[in-house]
This record gives sequence, structure tokens and C-alpha cells, in this order.
Amino acid sequence: MHMADALVAPAVAGTMYVCSGAAMGYSIKKVRLANEPKKIPVMGVMGAFVFASQMINFTIPGTGSSGHLCGGMMLSAILGPEAGFLTMFGVLLVQCLLFADGGLLALGCNVWNMAFYGCFLGAMVLWKLFMKKGMTRKKIIGASVAGCVLTLQLGAFSVALETLASGVTELPFGVFVAAMQPIHLAIGLVEGLITAAVLVFIYEARPELLWGSENFLAEEKREGRMSYKGTVGVLLAAAIVIGGLVSLAASSKPDGLEWSMERIAKTAELEAEGRAYEAAGKVQETTALLPDYGWKNSSSATGTSFSGILGGSLVIGLCVFACYLLRFFRGREKKE
Amino acid sequence: MSKLKKAIQDIHLSDVSQKGQRGRGRGEAGSGAEISLHPLAYLLVTFFYLLLVVSFSKYDLSGLLSMVLYLLILGIGREIRLREALRHTWPVLLLVSMVGIANPFVEREICWQWGEVGISYGIISMLTLMLKGIFCVMASYLLVMGTGMEGICLGLRSLHLPKELVAVVFLIYRYLIVLLKEAERMVLAYKLRAPGQKGIHFKVWGSFLGLLLLRSMDRAQTVYESMLLRGYQGEIRGREFRGSKGRSVAYVCLWAVALFFLRVVPVFELVGALLP
Repeated sequence: MHMADALVAPAVAGTMYVCSGAAMGYSIKKVRLANEPKKIPVMGVMGAFVFASQMINFTIPGTGSSGHLCGGMMLSAILGPEAGFLTMFGVLLVQCLLFADGGLLALGCNVWNMAFYGCFLGAMVLWKLFMKKGMTRKKIIGASVAGCVLTLQLGAFSVALETLASGVTELPFGVFVAAMQPIHLAIGLVEGLITAAVLVFIYEARPELLWGSENFLAEEKREGRMSYKGTVGVLLAAAIVIGGLVSLAASSKPDGLEWSMERIAKTAELEAEGRAYEAAGKVQETTALLPDYGWKNSSSATGTSFSGILGGSLVIGLCVFACYLLRFFRGREKKE
Repeated sequence: MSKLKKAIQDIHLSDVSQKGQRGRGRGEAGSGAEISLHPLAYLLVTFFYLLLVVSFSKYDLSGLLSMVLYLLILGIGREIRLREALRHTWPVLLLVSMVGIANPFVEREICWQWGEVGISYGIISMLTLMLKGIFCVMASYLLVMGTGMEGICLGLRSLHLPKELVAVVFLIYRYLIVLLKEAERMVLAYKLRAPGQKGIHFKVWGSFLGLLLLRSMDRAQTVYESMLLRGYQGEIRGREFRGSKGRSVAYVCLWAVALFFLRVVPVFELVGALLP
């Protein structure tokens, strides 16, 4: 679909340079705003990759012919529309200068026909639309095939329009379009399938490389991690189960500290002497709702269970409160 | 995979040509009068030439023919093989012929009779279209062979094109050969495992290119790290121009006048009229 210089009139070439230049200006602005210096070498190497991959023939089963992947759609699915567009410009410039694929004067037309539709329409409209509610294999295949077919159809139609406006052919517009569109429909289908195969492979191997995958990967992680409400619910349930039921089976034997005190002092509770100790003991006796994990003056199982639940809830509440307090202070630090 | 091999060969040819030009520029061989010029000068003259070539009307075959003089002077002057340049034109010829093939059938009115043989307007317009295609491709080829991609990047930067864009073009060119060779190695390995098979089987489309892509991404990471180590701060510095600006301006002006003259004055017709 690369247009040669001979097929465009100077006025058409100039107009298309202006249109492509506008898209390029927008893309440059966006890339600069993103401020990712790491992206420039990635764009360069990816451009070289598209170039190299387009030189490989992929056999189309049952036809005996071959095809290659769709550069614009592929680049946009990995780099995003703006960076993909700039990379495609580089690819087209090198193609026209080194391999006579397209012309220097027709570069504006070629950038519009292949890079603009492929990157902006393919990624910004179709890819986004398909990936709106997450990324799956089927969606990637659908977006790739639909993107390649649609963008190639639009590109082929633009070629017919530009050639007609340049007045280089005596072919009627209808005949020219009728010759261009069906062949590009078949090419688009094959290119879409090859592009889909590669993108699905990337999705399986390293999904983080795909454009827009950060959102769905983060969501997936969040789903894996469980929501905030879910976490609180599980903790509460665990507190009830452990405090209410498992505490019934709590051992009556001394814990580690009590055991070691018994060995050293021959008693589990040390007797403290003095007024201060006596006063504090009285306060504790009055305020303790559940002394020794049971109702006051009662040794029933319900008392033990209830004290477990209440204690657990209190601990969770304190933890949550401490977390919020920490977040509050961190927020203040950031603001400062 | 002849396509891959041809691409690698073309890039090697361009590299060799550039080194030759640089060598001559240092006075190693040849006159090297032009290498001291700014690449932007070549770029502007080529662009002007392309504009003039496509501006000829579709029946002005003799006028268009005179534009061949620029190609001859440049090709011979820079010692670039014009036969190689012609080899590059066949894909364009194929495309242009496809578009112009209808012209002889639609425009049948005879414009030139030579004995019993009549040449229609349609044939003239088709030949003009084909010649335009050949001339444009050859002019671009001469530009690359004479200036090189690095020179073109320098020229684009002088035109105040964004540095990000020029850096991308520069990097594509630099890593093209590396990835082409990697692809060639992979294809060769595949061919050895699947002898007699044409192209890559559809079952391995994804994994074949996907692996190449993953390798490319890893390579990009290495490239970025090495760029950082070499002090990359957002701009890639290529070749620097150390020649004379005045000569570059004079080169552009002279060629602009000469090309405009060729465009306006039917040189070949005038010379033909002088013949007895």
C-alpha cells in the first residue's frame, strides 16, 4: 500500500504532509508529556523489529501465498497510539529511503494511510473498545483482526482518493476502489491473524508489555488480594471462630511465661506488696469486665467464649484505628 | 528468504557507500568536493527535484526527460552505481504500471504518428508516469547513498524536527541490521527443522514472531542502559557537520536555479530543433 512519488501531485503531497504533521505534533506532545526517556530506545528497536518481521513470509494455508504482520496495530498494542505513530513514521521513512518502498514526497500520504489509521483508529478506538472490561485472548484476537481489516480498508480507500485527486490515472474512481478494497480485505484478514497470533503470545508470556494492561493487571492483583471489605469480614469471622469456639478448647495448662515462673518462683502469679499495687489491683478488679476470660463470679463456657469474641474485636478495632492514624500522618507529611 | 538477504545486502551497500564518501571527504581518494556540504543541502535539493518531477503534466514526456541530467551528474559525480539505483526501481515500476495501465485503453486519441505506428495520449501518459516513478526512486537512492541515514538524521534535526522523532529514525536504522540478522538466523533454523516448507507454518506464527519481539524488547532494555552509561540525556548525537555553510548554501542555490531552468525550458526540444 506504499504510494510512490509518481502517484501524487505536489498539492496532494503538501496537504497530506500537513495532515500527518498535525498528527505527529500531537503525538510528540503526548510522548513528551508522558516523560519516559526509556521509551525512545524501545520505540527505535520496536521499529526495527516491525521492519525485520515484515521481511518474513508467513504461509497462508491453502493459498500458497504469504503475508506479514500489520505494523501500525502491532506497535500501538505495545507502545500506545502516539509512540506507535512516531515509530511507524520512522519505519516508513527508512523504508522509502533505503528500500524504495514508498516515496519521500509521498511520505505524508503513506504516514496518513498506514500509520494514522493503524495507530490512532486501531488503538485509540478499536483496541480501547475491546479492552474496556479487561483483556482476554478472544478480545485480543478480535481487536487485532477488526483493527487490521478496518485500518487497511480505510488506508486503501485513502490511496484511491489521493491518486484520484492527483489525476495520474484514467481509471474511474469506482473501478479503482472496486479493485483496491477486496484485495486489501483479504490482506487485512491475514495480517490481522498474524498480528493476533503474536499479541496472544505476548499476552501469555509477558502481559505487562501490552498497552493498557497495567489497569487490568492491577485489577487482577486486587482481585487476587481481596477487597478491603472482604479482608475485614474474614478477619471478623476468624476472630469469632477463634475467640468463640476455639477458645473453648484452650489449654488449662500454663503458658510459656507462667510455666517458667512456676519453675523459678514456684508460683504463676507473683504477689506484689505495697499501697500502689493494692490500689491498682482494686481498680482492675472493678473495671475488668471479663476477669480471667470469663464472666465475673462465673466459670461458665459462655463467659469464656464471649470474652474471646470481645477481645478479638477490640484488637481488630485497635489495629484498624492505628492504620488510619498512620495514614493520616503520612498524608500530612506528603502535603508538607 | 531472499527478501531478508536482499535487505541486509542493501544496508551493507549503503554503509559501504557512506564510508567511501567519508573516506573521500578526508581526502583518501577522489575529489570529494561535495562531502563537505551539509546533509540538509542534499535533502533540500532532492526534495525540490522530486517536487519538480511530479509537477510535470502527464503528457510532457520530453520536458520530464531533461530531468535525467540531475541524476546523471550526481551519480557520476559521487561515483554511485546508477545500475544499482535502477535495480531499486522495479517494485515502483510495477506499482506505477498497475495504476497507469488503464491509460492507453482509455485515451486512444493519437498524438504522434510515425509512419504507420501511432502513439496515443494514453501511452504517453503511462510512460510519463513510469519515468516519474524511476526518477523519484533514483533521486532518493542517490540521496541515501551520498549522505547516509546518519546524515539525513542530521539534516532533519537541522530542520528543527523534534529530537524524539529523529532519535527514533536513527535507532531504527542502527538496529535494523541487528534484527534482520536475528530474523534471518531464526528463519534459517526453522528451515533446517522443516525442510521443503515454504514460509512459516501458521501454527507457529505467534511463537516465532513473539520470540523475536521479546528478544527485541530485552535488547531495547540493554540499549537504554548502555545509552545511559554513555551520558544519554534525551538526545542522540550523531555525526556533526564540520564543513562550510557558505558552500552548502551555494550548492542549494545553484541546483535550484539549474533545476528550475530544466523545468521551465524544454532543453531537449531546443537541442533537437538545432539538429539538421
